[in-house]
Amino acid sequence: MIEQLNKAFESRVRLGIMAVLAVNDWVDHSQLKELLGVTDGNLASHLAALEELKYVQVRKRFVGKRPNTSYKSTVTGAKAFKAHLEAIERLIPKPNS
Amino acid sequence: MQHNDPSQELAHIRGLMERSTRFLSLSGLSGVIAGVVALGGATLARFHINEALAPDTDALTYGTARGEALFTDLRMTLITDAGLVLFVALLGAFWFTWRRSRKTGQYLWDASARRLMLNMLVPLSVGGIFCLALFFYGLPGLVAPATLVFYGLALFNASKYTLDEIRWLGVSELLLGIVALFWLEAGLLFWAIGFGVLHIFYGGLMYLRHERGAEDNA
Repeated sequence: MIEQLNKAFESRVRLGIMAVLAVNDWVDHSQLKELLGVTDGNLASHLAALEELKYVQVRKRFVGKRPNTSYKSTVTGAKAFKAHLEAIERLIPKPNS
Repeated sequence: MQHNDPSQELAHIRGLMERSTRFLSLSGLSGVIAGVVALGGATLARFHINEALAPDTDALTYGTARGEALFTDLRMTLITDAGLVLFVALLGAFWFTWRRSRKTGQYLWDASARRLMLNMLVPLSVGGIFCLALFFYGLPGLVAPATLVFYGLALFNASKYTLDEIRWLGVSELLLGIVALFWLEAGLLFWAIGFGVLHIFYGGLMYLRHERGAEDNA
């Protein structure tokens, strides 16, 4: 069963990113940073890894004069996240009822 | 290979999903100011009604010619009063929430705020139109309970996108609205309790629970 756990989600930050993106449309960098409580650099490297896997899509644009980068989960990413959650759930021993 | 306790892991994920969808900058002081304004407005309305009814202060009953004649005179005054209360309360609520979102560094108009507004505004606008219709059909006694009921439904509906206290505020408004429906003569009193006292109570509760500690650190 352990094999069904996705290695990409071993990091808490990556799993956290996917959790936030699972329930939101475009979320920007600063919101993610605030929600996850990580540094810019740390977040950027995890996001790059998820982008590499095609789990997230990136949108860069200007809001007023400030550059704004936001992220959204891809279908692949959402599926992988869901499968990973189900795998975690199976690891929890069922209470004897 | 690092494997955390799976149930802790799940709790962490759920917490994140929740925090990222809810609008948590809503300031309790918004509720307190809205409550104070509502109490002021209700007192003003009471004053106008008393003045129009003098000397007998309990004559605003339904189905009587005198009640209807009185009401026609009062209608514009009361609608203006209600409109003013709504405007000042919204302005105050917006200001405190804006201040809090600045303090916490959150966006005032992010996806969670939009979701909250949409879920709040749909039942609320329908309620507003409904109440105006009641006014114009000469059924003012139903307006106070109707505002409480529609406001309660709007809060209950929107509460899944913000602080939990909003759900309880919604439930309280609904109960009060239902009681008020069967006690029309005390409509203004119920309205003052629902929009004044309950707002101050839940607003104060939200402030004490979520903001006071945080402001000390800021």
